[in-house]
Order: sequence, then C-alpha cells, then structure tokens
Amino acid sequence: MTADVLPTLAAKVRAAVHPGASVCACGTEASSVLADRPDGTVVRHADTVAKAHAPGTDPGELAARMAVAAHRALDGVLLAPLSPGTAELHGRLVTFWPYGTPVDPETPEAAPWEEAATLLARLHRTPETVLPSGLPPMRGPAKAARAIARLHAAGPHPAAAPVLRAWSVLPAWARDEASMPNTRTLCHGDLHLGQLVHDPGGTWLLIDIDDLGRGDPAWDLARPAAWFACGLLPPDEWTRFLTAYQKAEGPAVPTDTDPWPALDVPARALTVQTGAQAIAKATAASRALDEVEVAVIDACDRMSAHPPELAPGFPT
Amino acid sequence: MQCPKCRAPMHTYNRNGVQIEQCSGCRGIFLDYGELESLTRLESQWQQPAPPPPAAPAAPQAYPAAPAPAWGAPHGGHGGHYGHKRQKSFGHMLFSS
Repeated sequence: MTADVLPTLAAKVRAAVHPGASVCACGTEASSVLADRPDGTVVRHADTVAKAHAPGTDPGELAARMAVAAHRALDGVLLAPLSPGTAELHGRLVTFWPYGTPVDPETPEAAPWEEAATLLARLHRTPETVLPSGLPPMRGPAKAARAIARLHAAGPHPAAAPVLRAWSVLPAWARDEASMPNTRTLCHGDLHLGQLVHDPGGTWLLIDIDDLGRGDPAWDLARPAAWFACGLLPPDEWTRFLTAYQKAEGPAVPTDTDPWPALDVPARALTVQTGAQAIAKATAASRALDEVEVAVIDACDRMSAHPPELAPGFPT
Repeated sequence: MQCPKCRAPMHTYNRNGVQIEQCSGCRGIFLDYGELESLTRLESQWQQPAPPPPAAPAAPQAYPAAPAPAWGAPHGGHGGHYGHKRQKSFGHMLFSS
C-alpha cells in the first residue's frame, strides 16, 4: 500500500510547493522520503513536508488534532500546519507542514533536553478552553497496548515473561483498558528525540500530532524517565530535562519533591512497551537481544518486586 | 578541552558542585586534582543517614541528586557505563516511537 502512496505523495508535495506548474521550478531534483512506516509516510520537497497518516486514521480525530496544532495558543510550542485542512490520497489522509531541522541522530549527546522539557511544560499548560470538544485522549497507552499485541504475535521468547508480568500489574488505564484519570491536560502522547525540529531561526518546536490528546502529562516525561531508570540515559541528562520541566512549571510532577510517584506508572508502561518492541524486532530478525535491550528487559524483571506507586495526592 | 583518548571535545558538567569534564565522543571523564576526593566525600555524606529503615519497606534509592524508582537500574545514579551503552542501539531508541 505504501509503495502506491509514495510517488503520489511526492507529486502532491511538489505540487504544493509549485502550484500550477507542471515541473519543479526550484531545482530540488527529487522529493526526499523522511519516513515510510506503517504509522505514516512523510515526504519533503524544498520547505514543504507532506504526511500521509496511517491507514484507518479517524478524520474527525485528526481534524481536532490539526485544530490544536493550528491554534494561536500553541504558537512556538507545536509546529503549525501550512493549512489546517487535510487532503485524501488513496484512502489516506494527508497533511502539509513546513520543514523543520530535526535533532541530529549522530550526536544524541547534543540533544536539546531543556528545550524539549520547556516545550512540554508549555504544551501541558495549554488552557482547557483551547481544546476542541472532539479532541480524543492521547494515544500513549494505546501504543503500549499495541506493542504488547505485537509481542504476543511474535511468538514465544524467553524474555517475554518479565515484560508481560510487568504489564499485567499496571493499572487498567495505562493498559488502554479504561479511560484515563486526567482528561483536562493536553499531551503529546509520543515524545522522543525525533519529535523535535527547529525552524531557520533556531526555535525548537514539537512535531507529530498523531498521538496528541487529553491525558496524564507524566506520560510525556516517561520515555526519558524510563531510559534513566533503565540505566541508559545518564543521570545528568535526565536531571537537566526534569529540572527544566519543573522550572517551566509543568504540571506533570511536583516542583520540589520526588517526581517518581507521578512518573512511576507511565515510566513502567514505556519500559514495558520498549521491551516488547525489542523482543518483537529481535524475533523478526532472528537475532539475540543486544545489551541495551537487555537493560530494558532487566528493568521489567525488577518491577515485579515493587508494585506500582499510586501517585497519592496528585492532581487528577 | 580535547579528550586525550579520542580527541573529541570535552564538555564541563557540574555534579553536586564539582566540575567534571566529559568527552562528547567516548564519554570518558576527566577529573582535576582533588575532584575525585570531593566526589567521594559528597557520596559518603549522602550515604551516612541512609541505613536503618525501620518502618518504610521500600526505602528510596542511592542518589538524592536524581531520585530513581525502586525498580531502576542498580547503579542508575553513579554512571560510568553510559559511554559504553550509548551505542547504536540506544541512539536509535532515543529517536523511535
């Protein structure tokens, strides 16, 4: 399916850059493919990016998410689309965005942790009045549940047991089996270093609205938290991220006490999700888990000795 | 400052008031004269009031500067292996859903 979408999407993004012209006028020979995955195909031509969203994307939910990205209250926080509407291509919904420069994957140590944290804090502080009534829950727990489904589909693996055990003791909302306790806060839903771009002026922005929605904002901090807890992200980088978030008065964690009661459940869920994906990928490639993946599975294993925290007295 | 081992630039970090240089390439650490002693002294201060947890079952973790969950990696607060672990696989993990 994706093979069909790619060339047409490339033509579409070219046409968006040069409306009315039959040939490309800017000298950008070809459009470049930024991503081509089941959950989205992204093609760039000059300064414009077109994204074909995953098959089956709900048009109403995408429209609500687009409205948030286009809202003036999110200026300087979320990348705004070139137009708030969507196009359709071979049954896929397509949206258009300005190109932004991503974090260089070759130098992750130069990651803009403070900027990422400050953007999240501002996102989480978006007034509820800005959120359209049709804005769905953020999709973090749904993605975790999908990773578990993939793990099951991959067949038996010796490392699957600790991952499934850690999953089974998470509260129902974190497993996408009940609605989320917090529905007032705007969340990104899938934060990682690939979700940041900077504009030509050097201003960092969050991108990718596919998982955006209402929910527990601690979920957006939970991936770095999980990497730190697994012993993968150095403590100083985690501390920089967390401190910047607290300084920007993000509502997900308290500013002056231990953040872990709030982070515990989402960080467990992201650790489990990462472990499940690692096993599924390793199984598909018939390879052993590498050292980093083993560190994630080991963390899942240790969870069984410590039941999840209940985040007492925290705003819901 | 340049890393004596791999020649990549070294960045200065402040760890509990002690300046340490870490290489942006191999993640090796350089300590000035007396800094190791300062770190050791700080560490022993952190650990002193720790031992007897009479009522609390899951006593918290080692490093007050960066609290960690009870299920966290055993040496999560003390580093040392990150350069080694920040290999291709974790680099990829940082950027994927």
